[in-house]
Amino acid sequence: MRRFALIALPYAWLLALFLVPFIIVLKISLSDIDLAIPPYTPTLDFSEGWAGIKAFFRGLDFENFVFLTTDDLYWKAYISSLKIALIATALTLLVGYPIAYGMANAPDHWRPTLMMLVILPFWTSFLIRVYSWMGILSTEGYLNQFLLGLGLISEPLTILNTPTAVYIGIVYTYLPFMILPIYSALERMDGSLLEAAEDLGCSRLKAFWLITVPLSKTGIIAGCFLVFIPTIGEFVIPSLLGGSQTLMIGKVLWEEFFNNRDWPVAGAVAVVLLLILIIPIVLFQRNEQKQRELEG
Amino acid sequence: MSQTVFEPWNDPTAKPLIQFKNVTKRFGDFTAIDNQTFDIYEKEFFALLGPSGCGKTTMMRMLAGFEAPTEGMILLAGQDIAPIPPNKRAVNMMFQSYALFPHLSVWENIAFGLKRDNKSKDEIAARVAEMLKLTRLEKFAKRKPHQISGGQRQRVALARSLAKAPKLLLLDEPLGALDAKLRQDTQFELMDIQETTGTTFVIVTHDQEEAMTVASRVAVMDDGRIVQADTPARIYEMPNSVYVADFIGEVTIIRGTARRGDGAYEITFAEGQPTLFAESDTEFDNGQECHLAIRPEKVSITAQKPDDRRNALEGKILDIAYLGNLSTYHVELSSGQIVKAQTANTTRLSRRSFTWEDRVWLSWTDTAGILLKG
Repeated sequence: MRRFALIALPYAWLLALFLVPFIIVLKISLSDIDLAIPPYTPTLDFSEGWAGIKAFFRGLDFENFVFLTTDDLYWKAYISSLKIALIATALTLLVGYPIAYGMANAPDHWRPTLMMLVILPFWTSFLIRVYSWMGILSTEGYLNQFLLGLGLISEPLTILNTPTAVYIGIVYTYLPFMILPIYSALERMDGSLLEAAEDLGCSRLKAFWLITVPLSKTGIIAGCFLVFIPTIGEFVIPSLLGGSQTLMIGKVLWEEFFNNRDWPVAGAVAVVLLLILIIPIVLFQRNEQKQRELEG
Repeated sequence: MSQTVFEPWNDPTAKPLIQFKNVTKRFGDFTAIDNQTFDIYEKEFFALLGPSGCGKTTMMRMLAGFEAPTEGMILLAGQDIAPIPPNKRAVNMMFQSYALFPHLSVWENIAFGLKRDNKSKDEIAARVAEMLKLTRLEKFAKRKPHQISGGQRQRVALARSLAKAPKLLLLDEPLGALDAKLRQDTQFELMDIQETTGTTFVIVTHDQEEAMTVASRVAVMDDGRIVQADTPARIYEMPNSVYVADFIGEVTIIRGTARRGDGAYEITFAEGQPTLFAESDTEFDNGQECHLAIRPEKVSITAQKPDDRRNALEGKILDIAYLGNLSTYHVELSSGQIVKAQTANTTRLSRRSFTWEDRVWLSWTDTAGILLKG
């Protein structure tokens, strides 16, 4: 009984905050647009009794999903989101791994401070941080002023409202999600393993490839998923830094929802996005489980 | 019939495999190794024994190449090894934590060093099979380190470090993580493997029994210095200092002053206590301070004063340590000095002849004790 109660709590949480909202969105995606409040039809009307419920289900169809395939905007946005998320994840890994490695090899008394510095940006609003990048990257921004001042460039660089700005924004925002799991994997590693590898004939670099990288693999995978999954649906960064050029599904969704007020199509976009994300989420869960097995 | 005894350290023509020449190692202000010069010979099983912090691990890490001497030179087969990095040395090490690669199987762990030498696949497979057989691990080749027991992991670590057939194998507290029974079995296994492979072993340990069991020579270390390096028997029976006598096994140390008598030194150590006699090769001046070290098993314990021995002291039993096969009596003399005596419990469940508070006589021969300067 006690055990049941313990399991029931997280499941109730999942039901209330994930499954129920998902069903609502799924239902909207199967509805038709309507000039009403809420802006879709049909709505469930219990006053009609059994006939009302039957009429409700008859009103649901897959029209919106079919519509998504007819306009290239949608699949282009999905592909573009996947591409941006993949590249951004790779870039975050390239930047994050050396930071995590440096942290794990720093003297013990330094580590809490370094950890603090990684987490510190989270204490300020995400929006403010992205806005401040606009200030840095714009044509009259600090970066251009700095480079012009040094005489490295004669014309200001156009970074804002390009994909580059989006990558900078994503790498900056999601870096801690990459650093922390890699750091925790590297920190657990026994230093004598590297000495053993060296003793058996490895150079330092070879020992890094053969021992350190494989042993931090679960951290790398976890970090990549933690960056990749939220990046696919990212909306704020491409809208603020990417301008009109950057096509991302999160932005399309937002526009569908708020500009066109087409809730059913927005719902369909969201459901497809979720289906796409299920694959990496399942892979991520598997990685976590494998990690636990190795440690257990 | 003459038997060839393995004693290269007594043979002036023997060439040492390793030579420490005035080696000093400092970490900041701390001197870990203090100006040490000694040799280790081929096929030796050399033990570095001492309490933690005595410098024995530093000594080993310098041999492996993880630390460089601050001063002096270490020669391996006549060649200075200071400029050779650890991955190029013909020296392998078995780590205290075993340092097995957790993501690799037992087979891959053992093959790891061989693959670095760019050996052919067949050569590697043959060598790994040989090592698995030597350490009786054939059945576990495919397992990961976390799927085997502590004793098996220890053997994998040994197999991995022996796979490259090093000139010198370093063992850092190799049996520390095993329980007492397994440790004893493994000690004999180690000796067998050392003999079979003919590799020179240097073992670091703080367990004197382990050092005495496995080693051909034991170097007792204290405070960055080797106090005495000799065979286990000589270390035990002929310690060169009170430190070594006290560190190895049980001992009673009686401090007194020596006077030359006929054939043996006469030692007076406390008022009201009889004079003791001890033969010694070490020269003492009349009235010089001396320490008489006596092993408990060389002291007899009797109810009456024995007539045949000159060294006889009367005291009261303070404590009895029953160890199963042996009993150690702690006897207090009237001067307060405590002397230990050991008897073998040769009969089963016999009535003990002595018990607490009994007055007894302790006696030993002139050659039983060893006279030390300090």
